Amino acid sequence: MKVDTSKCNYCGACVGSCPVNCIFLDETRIVIDENSCTKCGFCIRVCPMGAISAEWFK
Amino acid sequence: MRYEYDVLVIGAGPGGSMAARYAARKGLKVLMVEKRPDIGSPVRCGEGISKSWLPEVELEPQPIWVSNEVEGARIFPPDEKTFIKLSANKAGNEVGYIIERDKFDKYLAALAAREGADIWVKSPAISLIFEDKKVVGARIRRQGEVVDVFAKIIIGADGFESQVGRWAKINTMVKDRDIVSCIEYRMVGIDIDKNFTDFYLGSCAPGGYVWVFPKGKDEANVGIGVALNKLKRSGEVKKYLDDFIERHPGLKKGKTIEIITGAVSTCPVPQSIVTDNVMLVGDAARLIDPITGGGVANACISGRLAGEAAYEAIRSKNTSKEFLKEIYEKKVREKLERKHLRNWFAKEKLSVLSDETLNKLVDAISSVELTSISVKSLLDAVQKKYPELVKEFEDLI
Repeated sequence: MKVDTSKCNYCGACVGSCPVNCIFLDETRIVIDENSCTKCGFCIRVCPMGAISAEWFK
Repeated sequence: MRYEYDVLVIGAGPGGSMAARYAARKGLKVLMVEKRPDIGSPVRCGEGISKSWLPEVELEPQPIWVSNEVEGARIFPPDEKTFIKLSANKAGNEVGYIIERDKFDKYLAALAAREGADIWVKSPAISLIFEDKKVVGARIRRQGEVVDVFAKIIIGADGFESQVGRWAKINTMVKDRDIVSCIEYRMVGIDIDKNFTDFYLGSCAPGGYVWVFPKGKDEANVGIGVALNKLKRSGEVKKYLDDFIERHPGLKKGKTIEIITGAVSTCPVPQSIVTDNVMLVGDAARLIDPITGGGVANACISGRLAGEAAYEAIRSKNTSKEFLKEIYEKKVREKLERKHLRNWFAKEKLSVLSDETLNKLVDAISSVELTSISVKSLLDAVQKKYPELVKEFEDLI
């Protein structure tokens, strides 16, 4: 999964929407723990800036 | 380093500051930590608040954070041929002020500080500290230095993205139908009516709405919320807002001076918002109104209840889950649960109505003089003009 930092607004919409709590808001960036990700796509669809992408999401 | 407090509040939004204020007022030793360097900024809010609840948390409107006072709200159907006008008192004071949230949040934090609460900014909580499987504090990165803060009560006021609740194993998970993705532009040079907050319903914002909240004569927050279960592609919510602005020449000619994003929950009150030594408040406890998406009032109210409950628990030397349920969660439920459930049902109902049905509904309601806004008065108006529509709403009564 990729977070495009030039689009990301660090708002935390993805963090609160993640059903398995594998996204974290560091002081300056979004960090996704891919090992616990279940590929539900919530974060990709909820991101208001369209900053998150993944190869498996079409 | 190791610090000891009676109460540790994580997050310095309205819920956190109110909790800190009321706990400190009772004489407790309180620390509130905030991950950002600047409390209240960047703003993540439509900035429209109602007036009716302000006395409940002893707040007087201040010129520094009130940017505009409105007369009422207008609700537009998809065809925008007519609208429902709600004056502030008819709308149960659901509308009132457009505020400057950054100034508002700082003002509330200052109230907490003046009651004696300590505040650390640029100090995110990075984990909770457990003893015998119970939360006894949090590890904080205080401006770069990692320190342990121990407290008898920990209050999670860390917003929609709440980590405290998840770390403490309080289940506040939200389904995709109850998550609304939001984006808003602060626009200047636009044609608006400064005296009304405007709401646009229908397929322009599936499962949500578009709002225009005026901050001045040619300036407003123009935003949108769309339910996550209605979003299929990346960046779609922004496209919905851009399309809406494109269709409105009065908005299209404006300039955007700020982009605000975020998400809100629109679920009923969760099963539990406490555990041993821990209480959640505001958005972290999912206490957002499911219809309006407004969270500030409930954050302040739950913050006060949590601050006062912290005192009660510490005084009684009982900070157990059961006791916090009794002295905090029960009071939150008494205050909010019925309204939240009713508004959640109404939201579910609204989100499946077609544009055509919404047009008819607003047309029927706008053509009568409403003396009060009640479900019955609305249904009577619809019954008169479109009797076949009323069947769809009978179960709402």
